[in-house]
Amino acid sequence: MHTTSTSATLDDDQPLLMSHFDDLEQQHDASNLGMWFFLATEVMFFSGMLAAYAIYRSLSPEAFHLGSRHMHLWLGFANTLVLLTSSLTMALGVRASQLGRRNQVVWYLLATAVLGIAFLGVKAVEYTKEINHHLFPGKHFVVPADDAEALMKVSATPEELHLNLGRFQMMFVLYFCLTAVHAFHMIVGIVIVLIMAELMRRKWFSGHGTTQIEVLGLYWHFVDVVWVFLYPLLYLID
Amino acid sequence: MSVPAVVVEDPPEDYLQEHTLKSWLLTTDHKRVGILYMISVTVFFFVGGAAATLMRLELMTPRGDVLATPDAYNRLFTMHGVIMIFFFLIPAIPAVLGNFLLPLMIGARDLAFPKLNLMSWYVYIIGGMIGIWIMVFGGVDTGWTFYTPFSTMFSNTMVVTAAVAVFITGFSSILTGLNFVVTVHTMRAPGMTWFRLPLFVWSHYATSLIMILGTPVLAISVVLIALERIFGVGIFDPALGGDPILFQHLFWFYSHPAVYIMVLPGFAVVSEIIPCFARRPIFGYKFIAFSSVAIAIFSFLVWGHHMFVSGQSMYAGMIFSILSFLVAIPSAIKVFNWTATLYKGSIRLDTPMLYALGFIGLFTMGGLTGLMLASLAIDVHVHDTYFIVAHFHYIMVGGTVMAYLGGVHFWWPKISGRMYPEFWGKLSAMLVFVGFNLTFFPQFLLGYLGMPRRYFEYRPEFQVLNVMSTAGASILAIGYVMPLVYMLLSLRKPPNAGPNPWGATGLEWQVESPPPVHNFHDPVVVTCDPYMYSPEEAERDYAHDQHVRNA
Repeated sequence: MHTTSTSATLDDDQPLLMSHFDDLEQQHDASNLGMWFFLATEVMFFSGMLAAYAIYRSLSPEAFHLGSRHMHLWLGFANTLVLLTSSLTMALGVRASQLGRRNQVVWYLLATAVLGIAFLGVKAVEYTKEINHHLFPGKHFVVPADDAEALMKVSATPEELHLNLGRFQMMFVLYFCLTAVHAFHMIVGIVIVLIMAELMRRKWFSGHGTTQIEVLGLYWHFVDVVWVFLYPLLYLID
Repeated sequence: MSVPAVVVEDPPEDYLQEHTLKSWLLTTDHKRVGILYMISVTVFFFVGGAAATLMRLELMTPRGDVLATPDAYNRLFTMHGVIMIFFFLIPAIPAVLGNFLLPLMIGARDLAFPKLNLMSWYVYIIGGMIGIWIMVFGGVDTGWTFYTPFSTMFSNTMVVTAAVAVFITGFSSILTGLNFVVTVHTMRAPGMTWFRLPLFVWSHYATSLIMILGTPVLAISVVLIALERIFGVGIFDPALGGDPILFQHLFWFYSHPAVYIMVLPGFAVVSEIIPCFARRPIFGYKFIAFSSVAIAIFSFLVWGHHMFVSGQSMYAGMIFSILSFLVAIPSAIKVFNWTATLYKGSIRLDTPMLYALGFIGLFTMGGLTGLMLASLAIDVHVHDTYFIVAHFHYIMVGGTVMAYLGGVHFWWPKISGRMYPEFWGKLSAMLVFVGFNLTFFPQFLLGYLGMPRRYFEYRPEFQVLNVMSTAGASILAIGYVMPLVYMLLSLRKPPNAGPNPWGATGLEWQVESPPPVHNFHDPVVVTCDPYMYSPEEAERDYAHDQHVRNA
């Protein structure tokens, strides 16, 4: 946010103070607080979908239960590990920027971006598998035969069966919505991480870019935490 | 190791000095962004007003005659609602007056994120352009509420485009809210403690919290609408296991708090005008401050009162009814405190004060009818009638628009450096008040007698009241055009206002008008409470003036 091209005469260790702030601490606090409030908006954004998930799940637990069995548990687990590792590299990057080790920051950011891309790769594999099994909602959606049979057993009337089959698809609607919105946040995060890495390499930021990297770190950790909630909700609850 | 002090020469000129288009479009000065917003919301106000005019003309007679089809009427009231709510009422006071005044009032040189502030205007303009595009190329007929399943399965209009416009515009209000909250937290001048903040700032702080926490939920609801329309996956389609009511829950979770996004800034303006023109310190400062925050909190707990007849459970209806009654408490606290501020004041009835007094009366009417609507039994009777239309126009137009106009008159000398013509100002305030009541009071009666909203025809016995309403609307229109004309004309004169024409307290009045680029020449230190007015002194001055005049 507070970018400026550094000139050789200025002290490189201190961030530039933007003219509308009184001191560096105020400037730093404002950036951090801004990101925290932005993350609050993100929480609310996801919570709309999570509310839909909670309501439909509580209304038709069987359908959601059967649906979640089609998730690729181990791919999801691998992705969780990948993301948690990326959080680690991001945290190390933040620490390195606080210590003023510019080269390390660049490498940690690159590692974070690579892990993020790995996550998206695994996610793409999962999506492909699900689409091949006709589990992508819409015209081509097919309820697998044994699931349809199981739903028939728990439904007392044809209407209830119809509803349960709809809710079975609903599980996948919400799964794709939630994970796609999360993946979108990942893509945005990766692009920004890469841009920041390049800017760090070019010594773009004054004061080692500590504030900027910290704020980026907050965003990255948030996106990770979202996954930490999505994984159990969508894959694990039995 | 020395801190690189970036020495910024304080430019002597005021913020309006530069005239190039580029200096406006690339500005990061909060005052200029406020002006950009002022121009844009004014345009949208008159576009939305034109839609309202056509509707009132159509409703002058029981038969449909002005518009070719009922469908055209549906598109018209949808565009009126969408434009007035998303492109006028929500940004009006915060993005215009809030942007301009908030940093000045707390003794800061700018908002915390000036670039984001400019970006919020561009985001707003992009959303607005899409809105205009929709109007020109087809329109939307769902009503501003986009209720499912009509919006997702049956409407053949540009619902997805409208969803995109609303989604994008939402980000501009998120960015504004974010900027305000961070600014109030981190950039107050030394000595400007939380309880020395002008109440304008408290109200805007509460508004910003709602913007931050509510708007994303609107964003996700319109995203789901768009997904449902494009992919037909059945999130809101009962045939596929979805539930249309879920949309109403998500929508009103934002859109009820949005009512307070629109009206809290109105409270902000009135809390500044009343003490200044009554020359008394505001009565019950802390109560007014905390009631703003209380309203922000309650606003998130009452969305279900829009759904008493939508099929939510009876118990949910009862709880939402009780919670809605509770909102009346902080709102009434404000009205009582403003009234108590007037008591034993030395009141001057200048234009801003006329608007503010009008606000108190009309807001009280709107609030009390709100209590009627919060009662389950009455709501079932008048749901979706003109009673509702009248109720929320008393809050939105009688409340927010009155406050906005009062605020624009109050701070116009500060913003432009010029006084507006007081006679025409008073006349416009009177016309707006009379025209407003003539327009909307008959609608209470119409609704109570059973005329439903959103139809372009009605039964002949409702005609008299409808003609009254249309007549009132034409008076209202004159009242709204007048300030536009005389304020623009006032710009032709050289600055004549002086730093503090109202003798008001508050940091924004301590600098010259229009304010310098960096707001303050010297570092600001605050040493006293806000609203240090003295009615006795005002009376003495008045007596002195009379004496001089008579001599």
